[in-house]
Amino acid sequence: MKIKRFFLVAATALALPVAGMNVGAAEQPVKAAKSAKGKVSGANVFNRLLKKDKQRNAPPSEDGIHDAANDGTHVLQPPIIAYDGLPTTEFGNYVDWVKALDTGLLKPRYDRFDPAVEPLVMDLDIVREVKASMPDVVFPHKPHTQWLHCSNCHPKIFIPQKNANVITMSAILLGTKCGVCHGKVSFPITTKSCKVCHSKPKPANWKPPKSEASLKTPWR
Amino acid sequence: MYKSALIGLLGMMAMLTLPQAAQAEYADVVINNYADAAGMRPAVFPHWYHRIRFRCKVCHADLGFKFKAGGNKITMAKIIDGKFCGACHNGEISWSVENCGMCHSGIPGTPTQIHGSTVQRLVAPTYKSLDKKAK
Ligand code: HEC
Ligand code: HEC
Ligand code: HEC
Ligand code: HEC
Ligand code: HEC
Ligand code: HEC
Repeated sequence: MKIKRFFLVAATALALPVAGMNVGAAEQPVKAAKSAKGKVSGANVFNRLLKKDKQRNAPPSEDGIHDAANDGTHVLQPPIIAYDGLPTTEFGNYVDWVKALDTGLLKPRYDRFDPAVEPLVMDLDIVREVKASMPDVVFPHKPHTQWLHCSNCHPKIFIPQKNANVITMSAILLGTKCGVCHGKVSFPITTKSCKVCHSKPKPANWKPPKSEASLKTPWR
Repeated sequence: MYKSALIGLLGMMAMLTLPQAAQAEYADVVINNYADAAGMRPAVFPHWYHRIRFRCKVCHADLGFKFKAGGNKITMAKIIDGKFCGACHNGEISWSVENCGMCHSGIPGTPTQIHGSTVQRLVAPTYKSLDKKAK
């Protein structure tokens, strides 16, 4: 009984800081800097807020979410094995799902029972002019209708009419509009993925519009 | 007695060797509305694994899964009635529901979430009140 309790206490004592780090990943470098011999304050650590790059496609038993003490966990497939031979990207699952479908490397079912049912694909590009200096956004219906049904987007997320929807980058980052899927399941919003959406270059003579406040300033 | 000590020891060793921050596959969903309270490990749903086999449409249009982690209020009663996961995990399309540990594989206490999301990776949460306006 005593031994059992010792291990329980020891295990929780070890588990607590481990669990804590999940949340406060940003504090890790500070701690590391403090424990180092120097007298420099940990407050000035390099890359204070940078989250460590994760291990790509970690196997379930080592991914920090699956319980390695559960037998079922070890039966689950490690993603890296399933991704073998698929085209890659620099973000998300690190798999180019659109290309994998187009090249026929993957053929996920469109119907739960019948593998022969073909999706209802619509090839219609919607160009959204961006007010800022970023290239304009092209929304392609084709890859979306290959994966999804019209009713997944229309009318709940988007009114099916060009420019009838107000879409902004902050709305997307908050998980609405395009962000309902992008940043959660379909490719995420990172520096490396901006140009997948912002794909239509601005005309050569395009200049950013001046803000009202700067036009009004008397010292201009 | 010795067995439990051994399990404790193994658990400790696992904790020391495991990487410390969660780094699960992008889009893995942890569903923990009720599991913890009922003494089960949280359920983990791997999107990557299912999208290799099914298009989003099958689950999110045909089977009616809402686009919200934890938002479908899934319970075992609904699953054995053939709803949600039970539409496929019924011994016909996929392995059956008695494989508890395949779904209930999360670390106890992990909150409901969609792992690796852009929102989770933000250093500071974005301005909240926009959320309401944007909807
Ligand atoms: C549209 C059908 C469908 C639905 C709905 C579904 N699954 Fe699955 N699932 C499958 C199929 C098919 C497999 C593959 C089985 C095989 O390879 O033998 C699978 C496999 C799995 C696996 C094992 C992955 C691995 O690494 O081997 C897990 C875990 C899982 N499903 C969890 C869930 C959970 C949790 C839900 C509900 C939230 C769910 N599934 C809903 C069809 C479905
Ligand atoms: C991933 C989400 C998504 C899916 C799925 C989707 N659409 Fe759209 N659709 C959009 C967006 C975004 C717009 C542009 C709205 C805007 O500019 O404000 C749009 C615009 C439209 C328009 C208006 C075009 C115009 O020129 O005014 C029609 C019609 C339309 N969609 C039909 C469909 C049909 C039919 C399907 C299914 C085959 C479908 N959509 C699937 C997101 C989607
Ligand atoms: C309902 C979910 C959903 C919504 C909403 C959505 N998308 Fe997508 N999008 C997808 C999926 C699924 C893919 C397939 C690729 C993937 O999963 O990474 C995709 C792919 C794309 C691609 C093609 C990438 C390529 O490799 O060719 C672009 C561009 C894109 N989305 C832009 C947008 C824009 C812009 C919006 C908002 C107007 C939007 N999407 C809204 C689900 C969505
Ligand atoms: C999922 C597709 C998608 C991705 C990825 C994406 N954007 Fe956008 N972005 C949009 C859409 C849609 C708009 C709104 C265009 C409009 O005004 O109709 C937009 C607008 C913008 C604007 C104009 C300001 C605003 O809020 O309207 C800026 C600046 C911008 N994006 C920057 C970025 C940067 C930087 C990245 C990469 C970190 C990025 N975007 C990634 C879809 C995307
Ligand atoms: C196909 C995947 C899957 C399998 C297999 C599965 N479950 Fe679940 N179970 C879930 C999901 C998803 C939830 C919802 C979790 C939540 O919200 O907390 C759940 C919830 C639960 C709950 C809490 C809610 C309730 O209904 O009371 C219990 C208890 C539970 N499961 C027990 C079991 C047991 C025991 C088995 C094996 C006989 C099992 N589960 C097999 C997916 C599964
Ligand atoms: C086998 C079924 C299945 C397939 C296929 C599937 N999903 Fe899901 N999806 C789920 C389940 C289950 C959840 C979690 C719902 C819950 O927790 O109640 C979910 C949640 C989501 C969420 C909500 C995330 C959040 O919390 O905001 C989004 C977005 C999503 N899925 C998009 C997609 C896209 C895009 C595809 C296609 C590339 C897809 N899903 C394919 C079953 C599926």
